[in-house]
Amino acid sequence: MGEFVVHRVRFFDYMPSAIRAMAFNGSMQRLAVARGDGAVEIFNFADNYFQEKVIPGRSDRAIEALCWVRGRLFSAGLSGEIIEYDLEKLRPRYSVEAYGGPIWTISCNSQETLLGVGCEDGTVKMFEILEEGIQFQRNLDRQKGRIISLSWHPSGAQIAAGMIDMIRIFDAETGHATHRLLVERGLGTTRNTEVVVWSVAFLSNDTVISGDSAGKVQIWDAVTGTLIRSHLITKWDVLGLSVSQDESSVIAGTSEGTVVQFQALASTMGQENNQWVRTRTFKNHTHDVRALVHTDTAVVSGGMDTQLVVRPLLDKVEKNTKESALRKILFPHKSLVCCAKKAGLLLFQFPDHLELWRLGESSAKGQAGDRLPVMKNPEKLLQLQNKGEDHICCSAVSPCGSWVAFSTVSSVRLYKLQLSNGNISIKKVSKLPKELHSVHQLCFSSDSSRLFASSAQASVVVASLDQLQCKHLHTLKPKSGSSQPIHLLSASENGNWLAAAHTDGQIHVFNLHKLKLHCTLPVYSSCPTAIAIHPTTGHLLSAHADQQIFEFSLKLKEYTAWSRSLQREGLHPLWLQRDTPITHIAFNRNKPAHVFLHDAFMFCIIDQSLPLPQARKKLYNQMDLKTISPQKRIQESHAFKICKMFQHLLSVDLLDDSSLVVVERPLADIVSQLPPPVRQKKFAT
Amino acid sequence: MAALCEGYTLCGLTPDQNNSTSGIDGIEEERDSDHVIVTDSNRTVTLYKVSDQKPLGSWTVKQGQTLTCSAVFNSQANEYVAVSDNKVIRIWKEGDVLLDKTFKATVKADIWKVHCAGGEQPVVLFRRGAVRQLEHLLSDPQQPIEDVLAEDEAVRWSAAIAVQTQQFVLFTTELGGENFFYLQRLNPHSLQKYHLEREEAGLLPLSVSASYKDDHISLLCLYPNGFVYRSLVSVRSPVLDEGPRALPLPRNRVMSLPVGEGRLKAASALFLDDSHIAAVGAHHPSAGADFLCIWNINFQTLQAGKEMGGKIYGQLWNYSNKFFIPHGKRLSVIPFTCHKSSLASALGKLRQARPEESKCPTYVPSWNKILHEEKAPLSKTGETRKTRSTRKTQASLSLTAEQVLELVKTAPAEEVQKEVAELLSRQDIQDLQLGKLASILVCRSQADPHFYAHSSFVHLVHSQFLCHSVCPDLLPLALERKDYFLCQMCLLLFPDIPEVLTCTCLKAFICLPDVDAEKMCLEPESVSLMETLITSQHCQGDLQNGFSPPSRVEAHSDTANDQQTREGSEKATSRLVCPVGSHKAALLNGILQTAYSDTFLLPHLKDLNSQHVLLFLRYLQFLYLRYSQDTFPQAHSERAPSLHQILDWICMMLDAHFTVLVMTPEAKGFLLNLHGFVQSQVKLFSELGKIEGSLQELQKMKRKQDVGQYSIEIIEIF
Repeated sequence: MGEFVVHRVRFFDYMPSAIRAMAFNGSMQRLAVARGDGAVEIFNFADNYFQEKVIPGRSDRAIEALCWVRGRLFSAGLSGEIIEYDLEKLRPRYSVEAYGGPIWTISCNSQETLLGVGCEDGTVKMFEILEEGIQFQRNLDRQKGRIISLSWHPSGAQIAAGMIDMIRIFDAETGHATHRLLVERGLGTTRNTEVVVWSVAFLSNDTVISGDSAGKVQIWDAVTGTLIRSHLITKWDVLGLSVSQDESSVIAGTSEGTVVQFQALASTMGQENNQWVRTRTFKNHTHDVRALVHTDTAVVSGGMDTQLVVRPLLDKVEKNTKESALRKILFPHKSLVCCAKKAGLLLFQFPDHLELWRLGESSAKGQAGDRLPVMKNPEKLLQLQNKGEDHICCSAVSPCGSWVAFSTVSSVRLYKLQLSNGNISIKKVSKLPKELHSVHQLCFSSDSSRLFASSAQASVVVASLDQLQCKHLHTLKPKSGSSQPIHLLSASENGNWLAAAHTDGQIHVFNLHKLKLHCTLPVYSSCPTAIAIHPTTGHLLSAHADQQIFEFSLKLKEYTAWSRSLQREGLHPLWLQRDTPITHIAFNRNKPAHVFLHDAFMFCIIDQSLPLPQARKKLYNQMDLKTISPQKRIQESHAFKICKMFQHLLSVDLLDDSSLVVVERPLADIVSQLPPPVRQKKFAT
Repeated sequence: MAALCEGYTLCGLTPDQNNSTSGIDGIEEERDSDHVIVTDSNRTVTLYKVSDQKPLGSWTVKQGQTLTCSAVFNSQANEYVAVSDNKVIRIWKEGDVLLDKTFKATVKADIWKVHCAGGEQPVVLFRRGAVRQLEHLLSDPQQPIEDVLAEDEAVRWSAAIAVQTQQFVLFTTELGGENFFYLQRLNPHSLQKYHLEREEAGLLPLSVSASYKDDHISLLCLYPNGFVYRSLVSVRSPVLDEGPRALPLPRNRVMSLPVGEGRLKAASALFLDDSHIAAVGAHHPSAGADFLCIWNINFQTLQAGKEMGGKIYGQLWNYSNKFFIPHGKRLSVIPFTCHKSSLASALGKLRQARPEESKCPTYVPSWNKILHEEKAPLSKTGETRKTRSTRKTQASLSLTAEQVLELVKTAPAEEVQKEVAELLSRQDIQDLQLGKLASILVCRSQADPHFYAHSSFVHLVHSQFLCHSVCPDLLPLALERKDYFLCQMCLLLFPDIPEVLTCTCLKAFICLPDVDAEKMCLEPESVSLMETLITSQHCQGDLQNGFSPPSRVEAHSDTANDQQTREGSEKATSRLVCPVGSHKAALLNGILQTAYSDTFLLPHLKDLNSQHVLLFLRYLQFLYLRYSQDTFPQAHSERAPSLHQILDWICMMLDAHFTVLVMTPEAKGFLLNLHGFVQSQVKLFSELGKIEGSLQELQKMKRKQDVGQYSIEIIEIF
């Protein structure tokens, strides 16, 4: 296959934000995750945990709790507002001020008619859930001290509130507090510090379970208001609790990074008197576990160390299947790096700014395995700071490197760059067409004369770029009434085609000359994670969350022979077992048969001219091929050439001079930027 | 022993008009022990090379500005830090010529002092008690500075101490005649407030100094009445809930410096080590004032003194065994030496310090108590009041100590025992009286062959108020009367038995037939320990420190001929049989645990005959093998000699009798065994040495693979 010059880039200081809250919608199999920067991410658990939507954050939005009500998502936070999100436009739909100071928790009753929020001023406020919004109904009896956590009794008649040093139980009907459960403080020096009940859970058998800052998980009888059992599980805080659907299991997350499972078990076989017994301890985090979800089959946890961990419960899933594997989601499933192929520039997207870098150069030649001396160091050309509170949701740099565009939920900004022998000048395009105001994805045509932006109602805005002008040309709309946002855009190199993929799995291809829909691909069950149109053959390649790959001929409007044979023979089992999605597809103009793809742990070159790997053959065979003779190598090699030399990849792209750009973000670098974890005794220190 | 060397002048002084202050603000150590920076109270900072007595650089602030705190040297950044006009932090390097062109930062509150302890980052202490790390402060100089101290509270003295990674800022304050001590920890920040006990009305400390040792900060306060107090503050103590409450800081008086007439005006005291303080401004006991003195606080003796010409300003600094003292019109440097001086170190090897011992020290009477018995209170100040009252109540019930002293001279043995036991059970007894009591009893026993107060002696020794020096005839008497239990107790509890007596005891114990020894009643713990050692089944599986006795025999058999091998294997089995009985062994253990100095002990050891030497060596070898074989609880029992003590004694016995042993045929196998052991240890260490090199290489290789931020690589894909 040959040698490649690789620019190995590690200067993208991407820092994921800590996970603050999570909510799981069992009927939709969607997990909503709120991060420290206010962003909300939606993961589809039915589709390989694919991160299908990201609602960008806002610097003043500190989300403390999330709540699903049927298909609607609400959040509440320290700003004191309750926000409902528009999951199609990927932005807040409206926000309602609760007038109770910062909100610590939000909880919906099982009838899904009332939303309770716990406020700093000691009130539990009830909001009625209406079709078009929420409306304040009333306050429950006001307490001294903040309401940290809330949990409804499944009947909806009572609500338990975790506070400082105590738990209150309210009658939801009258609004009066019926019980006061005093929570004991910690021992020793912590006796003087008040104990915070970080989390409560109200079960249908009138049991209240609480987790507090003294490290205890306590089980209370809500009828008598008495403590039944207390488990000290950590020296630090128990930050979160989550109960399984059938109320037979509870998990608790601690500041030590452990998740402890409790199960209601009968002390003797066949008897009814179940007791809560501590059963398992999972340690998948180094820092605070702030958010927890107990799904039917797995423990989902997230916290300060920014990783989302899905730990299947092995008694609930079949062993040695894909479901039984531990999954850690480290990086976004969407590329934050944009590469200007012609100009050799990299655009890095941060929540509040963009960085534009020029790659270094080396004039030396070398053999495989060499590291070339860098003649010219990479150079940071530009740092574009976003104004305003809203975070950047998408960005793009044109292939020639002369245009940079980015968008927040409220506005799009476009800049013209001029690079002349070391000097850089930047001009903002002041007048943008009004159609460009809220976009989810941006893309430039290969000749940099067009800007494509996916907009509301699944439409694509086409704008022409000329000197310092940007004019609206057309808005492309698919015929079918899909309203799910477009999360992927790809224009063909010859300027004929534009492909757009929706989060519901639809892929539309538009003819850019006629400015109308060319065809719609057959909808596949799994969401596309990357699409690209081949520069010479005009085939559309799509990779999906379940690791399938399809190739569709745009001329013939049918799957190509290669795609059919791939489906017929099936992908290699090891390929299907990978747990990070393909996030980018690139082609080599000079070698039309080569396709470049990458996920977080490998990049792969598919040589479509070679036979596909058989299931019993070795998929990762680069090391084997290296050692055998060239003749034998031809016999042994197969289409999937996988390189695992680079890890924790954020981007792999091919420049026009056929050199590769690999953007790595080593985990150690991320870990080093995290705050120190809680101190733990090791070896009697 | 401490001594002051000949001093020399570092620079001249320009005292102010009324000659009350020296004109020196502070002296700080610079990059090494030979460089100091001197800040004078006007505008100048000067860097001196001390041994050359010459300035290397000098920096002055503009006319109209003043330096308000002494400059410090930040060795991490090679920078000087000073403060001018209370609020302006100035930082410069040695190369900078003009101070005005260097870095300045103005902060929001008045600075008291900048401290830089032990190569750590500088720390800024504000007048109102807030503490900031300089780095943090400079990152936002306009940050608000909180008030820690009360309205009229003012900082009087401050210092910084760095302990490993932890840094402490200490300062004392005064508020309406009361003095407080603050201990500010950095990273994590916490502040602890202590209340210093009040001296006589209106007396405020003249000088304060602090030193750090073994997790404790000791604070030395000198008051105008010449009293020097020491307070210990544990730095490991848990950080209590921070409140306005000030903890009382207990103190004890370590010295009472002579003051002449009236009170001290300008004086200063510093810790040199555990037992020495340096004082300036106090009177020399025989000459007049204006002396620099070194006092031993254990023995309350003057160790060295030097007259300082001219006025003394009460300022004293100590850096790397040099005093810096401004006096008259110059700043003098006086090098000094200060060695540990304790009775035991003068006489021989110190007892092995064990953690248990540090808790309950043996009460060797100090000269202070003997000479100023009534004047100097007991060190436990908190208890004095209580003991006084108990003494009053008890005196009416039973005999006073003086009466007992009279009584024991004549009374029958039973009555003596009863009275002594009663006296010991009281709390207020004084060690000196016990010493007298013991000497009287010993004298009487020596004079009267029928009188011997065994249990009284045992009680007295047990009280730990006795030592050999107080009652030198007790141990010989016990030996003479064959009271081996008392001998054992003395060996275990006295810190100062002369080597000649140790040797006499050893001889007596070895000669003692086992049959007689078994009948004796000895200290039960030591006997039971030896019994378990002798009888317990050994497990040969464990190795310690890579050394296993059987493999050693094998290694040794490679070189020796067959006969020796057989001998060796016979020995191997016999070696684990204790050559002495458990009672005798318990007595010998007492010997092993005494303090000694080998130069003094060796000549006396030569008196033993070869049979005894061999027996003793076999016993030592037995002990050693037991220790190295199983993980025997060496450290658990106070009655068990440590492995080091055993090895020291083996070496000493071999040194003393080497030629004799070489000539003795029975000793041959034994010596070969020891030789084999040493060989195996040498082999182990040489192997470890070989591994070291490879391990270092591994570490180097790892470092090489580190990828930087960017690289251009060539890969090949097949």
